[in-house]
Amino acid sequence: MTDRVLDVRDVSAGYGKMPIIKDINMHVIRQRIVTIIGPNGAGKSTLLKAVFGLNQHFSGEIAFDGTSIFNARTADLVPLGISAVPQTHNVFPSLSVDENLDVGTFAAPPPDAAATKAKILDLFPDLKDKLRQQAGQLSGGQRQMVAVGRALMSDPKLILLDEPTAGLSPAYLEVIFDLLQQVRDSGVSILMVEQNAKQALRIADYAYVLVNGENAYEGTGAELLADDEVRRSFLGGGMAP
Amino acid sequence: MIDFINFYLIPGITLGSIYALGAVGVSMIFGILRFAHFAHGDLMTVGAYAALTAVWVLGIPALAAIPVAIVVTCLVALVADKLFYKPLRDLPTIYTVIASFGVALILRSIVQTVWGTDSQVYMTGFQKPMIFLDTFRVATRHIQIIVATAVLTVALHYFLNHTRLGKSMRAVADDPDLAAVAGLDTERVIRWTWIIGAALAAIAGVFVGLDTDVHTNLGWNLLLPMFAAALLGGIGKPLGAIVGGLIIGIAEEACTYPFFGDSLIAPSYKSAVAFVIMVLILIFRPQGLFRGRLM
Repeated sequence: MTDRVLDVRDVSAGYGKMPIIKDINMHVIRQRIVTIIGPNGAGKSTLLKAVFGLNQHFSGEIAFDGTSIFNARTADLVPLGISAVPQTHNVFPSLSVDENLDVGTFAAPPPDAAATKAKILDLFPDLKDKLRQQAGQLSGGQRQMVAVGRALMSDPKLILLDEPTAGLSPAYLEVIFDLLQQVRDSGVSILMVEQNAKQALRIADYAYVLVNGENAYEGTGAELLADDEVRRSFLGGGMAP
Repeated sequence: MIDFINFYLIPGITLGSIYALGAVGVSMIFGILRFAHFAHGDLMTVGAYAALTAVWVLGIPALAAIPVAIVVTCLVALVADKLFYKPLRDLPTIYTVIASFGVALILRSIVQTVWGTDSQVYMTGFQKPMIFLDTFRVATRHIQIIVATAVLTVALHYFLNHTRLGKSMRAVADDPDLAAVAGLDTERVIRWTWIIGAALAAIAGVFVGLDTDVHTNLGWNLLLPMFAAALLGGIGKPLGAIVGGLIIGIAEEACTYPFFGDSLIAPSYKSAVAFVIMVLILIFRPQGLFRGRLM
């Protein structure tokens, strides 16, 4: 079994006939958090969508667990073991929290859905007394928990998160980052795009910096946080923490 | 008051039940496929005539012919989707709306060609009403229609809230893009939306024929109250559509009752009630009673 759960090699992808990311190389090691950072328009979300079959692949190769998923359909990726959480509109607002979690099992039913749900509710105890509440009535942070919980319900090997802390208060930001580390520790690999770059790099096992749709820098979270060039260009300047 | 119940309220609930069954399909199709399906009334007509053929050929009562009506109408709806709506799925929905007008005309022309333009009935002769407590007189067909609608409402509620397919439908109606990200097979959900919408339309069509007669404009004439019912309940809220249908059916009949010595409106104008309700809902509560999707 390969150590790499996801391997992206020389991938160009975009929308229509327009490539947004060009010759991107990256990989995700099992049970690691990999973060992609970069300025607006760098192609971070496009890369995530390319992995999840939500846009047009032009060239290169994407392998998941050793199997090619280049140009695979999204509906086929969930049963393989990949789940995704979009940046916005990531819960079904008129469905209850419980039903949102159930929807996560439909494409790829886990062996024991009740046990999986119990495990997720242990991870997100805030949701335990809100199971019957409509997801659209929850706070931003609670919605994010429902969204990640729904993605985890299919027992994925890898989850893709597009800016999981977008629009959250600083207090909730830390809560979500803590939860993501717990998700990683439970055995799930995470590929995450984040605008809150400093905080994201603190929990990242490895990170990539994209600029203009191309690989610019890579390294462990700690290495990138300590890199003067990265700090000056992408982390708002200042001395190394 | 007894007269109101016997001759206005019960016929109003019956009419409302028919509107409700049609409106569920309109609401579900709008919620999931995002377009106003103007051929839905003509699907009802197809169901009514399919049942009429079964009555003629097999010599069975109209209610026993409902399964035949359902099968034929579902097939027609699935073929219409495959040929006319699916190729337009990625275009702005106005294209599909216009296509549904075309499908309505095609279906009505086929019905007129195959069955002729004369009105038909499922059965002839006088039916004695049932009398309860020596006071309430209810036509047997009205009881059948109301009870069947109540059973179908309970079944629909169970289906939407407790089955995997029902929850998938609600998820796709909520957010089709997120449903696709969650790996749901949206085309399968769309197929089942047509099957359920067409089946209920077929049943409604047979009920119209049972209550009055079968004619080629049967469904088209009911399109306005069905859309009004779907809007009143909230677009994408099937159970809201049922409540909306009942309210409009009862309102149409009640408006002709002489509450103050004379009818509020002449019976020939009662179909305007649905239009008035639809306009008021669009102005004052466009999300409908059950907080559906805004158009």
